[in-house]
Amino acid sequence: MSPILVLDDVSVKLPAGGDRSHAMAHVSLSLAANEILCVVGESGSGKSMTANAIMRLLPGGVTIDGGRILFEGRDLCGLDEAQMRKVRGAGIAMIFQEPMTALNPLRSIGDQIGEMFELHSDLSAAEIKARTLALLEEVRIPDPALAFKAYPHELSGGQRQRAMIAMALALDPKVLIADEPTTALDVTTQAQILKLIRDLQRRKGTAVLFITHDFGVVAEIADRVAVMSKGEVVEAGETASVLGNPQHAYTRQLIAAVPPLKAPPPRALSEEPIMTIAHVSKTYRTGGFLGRGQRVTHAVKDVSLVLPRGATLGIVGESGSGKSTLARCLVRLIDPESGEIRLNGIDLASLSREEMRSATRDIQMVFQDPFASLNPRRKAGEAVAQGLIVHGMARPEALARAKELFGLVGLDPAATERYPHEFSGGQRQRIASASASALPARWRWSRRYWSPTSRSRRSTSPCRRRC
Amino acid sequence: MRVLTLAGRRLAASIPTLILILIGVFLLLQLAPGDTVDAMMAQMGGGDAATAKQLREFYGLDLSVWAQLGNYLWRLVRLDLGFSAIYGKPVATVIAERLPATILLMTASLSFAFFFGLILGVVAARGVNKWPDTLISTLGLLFYAMPTFWFGLMAIVVFSIYLQWLPAGGFEDITVSYTGLRRTLDIALHLVLPTLTLGLFYMAIYLRIMRGSMLEVLNLDFVRTARSKGMDETRVVVRHVLRNALLPMVTLIGLQAGTMLGGSVVVESVFSLPGLGRLAYESVIQRDLNTLLGIIFVSALLVITINFIVDLLYARLDPRITTGS
Repeated sequence: MSPILVLDDVSVKLPAGGDRSHAMAHVSLSLAANEILCVVGESGSGKSMTANAIMRLLPGGVTIDGGRILFEGRDLCGLDEAQMRKVRGAGIAMIFQEPMTALNPLRSIGDQIGEMFELHSDLSAAEIKARTLALLEEVRIPDPALAFKAYPHELSGGQRQRAMIAMALALDPKVLIADEPTTALDVTTQAQILKLIRDLQRRKGTAVLFITHDFGVVAEIADRVAVMSKGEVVEAGETASVLGNPQHAYTRQLIAAVPPLKAPPPRALSEEPIMTIAHVSKTYRTGGFLGRGQRVTHAVKDVSLVLPRGATLGIVGESGSGKSTLARCLVRLIDPESGEIRLNGIDLASLSREEMRSATRDIQMVFQDPFASLNPRRKAGEAVAQGLIVHGMARPEALARAKELFGLVGLDPAATERYPHEFSGGQRQRIASASASALPARWRWSRRYWSPTSRSRRSTSPCRRRC
Repeated sequence: MRVLTLAGRRLAASIPTLILILIGVFLLLQLAPGDTVDAMMAQMGGGDAATAKQLREFYGLDLSVWAQLGNYLWRLVRLDLGFSAIYGKPVATVIAERLPATILLMTASLSFAFFFGLILGVVAARGVNKWPDTLISTLGLLFYAMPTFWFGLMAIVVFSIYLQWLPAGGFEDITVSYTGLRRTLDIALHLVLPTLTLGLFYMAIYLRIMRGSMLEVLNLDFVRTARSKGMDETRVVVRHVLRNALLPMVTLIGLQAGTMLGGSVVVESVFSLPGLGRLAYESVIQRDLNTLLGIIFVSALLVITINFIVDLLYARLDPRITTGS
């Protein structure tokens, strides 16, 4: 079958001063109708840049400086803006990683989906509404009429992503680009969304360019795979052959990094517990004035756990299961209602704010979203040095130590002068672990540490190495 | 319904604020030396102590501060603002005569500042770091840094005296009595310079806020989504960016309503407009406590009303705002 989208030797140039001169170097890919091509790679490998280059929606200063992008035989690089706009949405549609931020918070779902028809067709308002409702039905959103009127914040993550898919598929595009559409979702929701994309793709014969870092997703959905590293396609082929018989060293490394679902070899654990959590509970109360019409949510209910010295304890659960609330209770970001949290025999739950501050040097937290947990207006080095300064180290000394830690987690020490937005996701996670390692913590709480970063990072995580 | 519940709640919360303001100001004014009777005696060219005592008894000024405060609040409950000894009329009448000029000036300035602040902010943000942005930002800084009274005086020198395009002051032409449309036009002409003087300063603030929030919103993910739908830049700005970028500006308008009322004192004095600001100034000079309290009461009501409207507007713009239940 003749390919519908061809990337022929495409290079994308980054502005001066970046990590490398080209985000994509001589990338050649082809995508036929009715197939799913997965582009796999670490964060920062240029896979999202590939999607943006096809749509010609590159960030400022980043330009395509070589090659051709052929869509139905036409070179997209040669089109003017007006012609390109006709291709976007109607010919090639896109869904994004984070459906909460990818939807306008101030406009209703129906309105935003209907916009697709408004832009590319002459349908009347009533027809647009009927088509939008049909689309919402097609992506199996419960109660489409309600979802039509809802605003993004009123839907769950999975429902928002379904609405995004409905929007992208509104005009039956020839090509759908999915930029990590399941990364921000729960495992169970992720499986449902993948199934939905697969079903719709089969039914409509759409060609899908699926960008992911997750080999689990690749195995589930891909017809063909292209592996990217540092802006180059290092290996491409049928899914079965790439997964079963990887040729390139990098592919082998990526596949080896996928943690197998079996317990690690047992090792002797210390008898002495460093932390005991006994009967911790936390309830949230919302709304209601003087107790009227109150809603009570039991976020954490009578949890008891023991963490032996030097051990790793995994707490698993879907979002909303209370794991984050428990984590926050442990470091007293929120106060638990009852129960005790003993660290080295001291009950953290009963400490005053002041005492807790000195106790925090023994507990460090690594957050899920490295971007949201770094202050965007402060240099990365300062973020790392902050903990040291709070605990009494002189500023120049703390900054020097931050440089040292940057080297330790595999970042350029000169990068301490950069701001969080100048790093890729994986690099930000490294900063987060550098800042958590700054203090000689006795134990460290890694909160879904690997979730948004790439596979190969999971096993080489500097945090684990140091723990 | 959501908006109405929110509105009711906000309105109820503003009543204690109003009472606190009134009590605070009443007590504060008691600290100033001299009272209405002193000012009246000075106007009459002096008089004996017995007359002064009689006058004080007549106006209820011989009572204790707390009794006076109680009396005042009790009268307010009955919507009676009291009697102005200086003007010889009920305070409500005095204020009603002066209120239209101030409300007109404020509405005109606010609309001017909002409209042009928005447009210029959007233009600057779209051409960020290019010449339109540099030009607009420099002009904005200039208007922001220029003292209002000086700008007013310079405007009079240039447009009224030198070019003779616009009247130098007053609310309307008192030498000819126009009616109907001709009168409206005359008042509008008189208000051009005061509106510009008061409005340009606020325009400079709004334009900076608008430029900043536009730039921030333009970088958000949903703007990329809108572009990936094949939407052109103008439409992206109008349909997706503008409403999001307006939110901080709307908040600011509510916050600055009071400041603007204060700024109108200066502008009304420069352009000799018969407004509330000038009345407040004259009342302070003449120790006309009743009128002053009346003005503060009306101003507080005005600011509360503006904030109320802003709250409604905000709730209308942002569906995420809820009543909390």
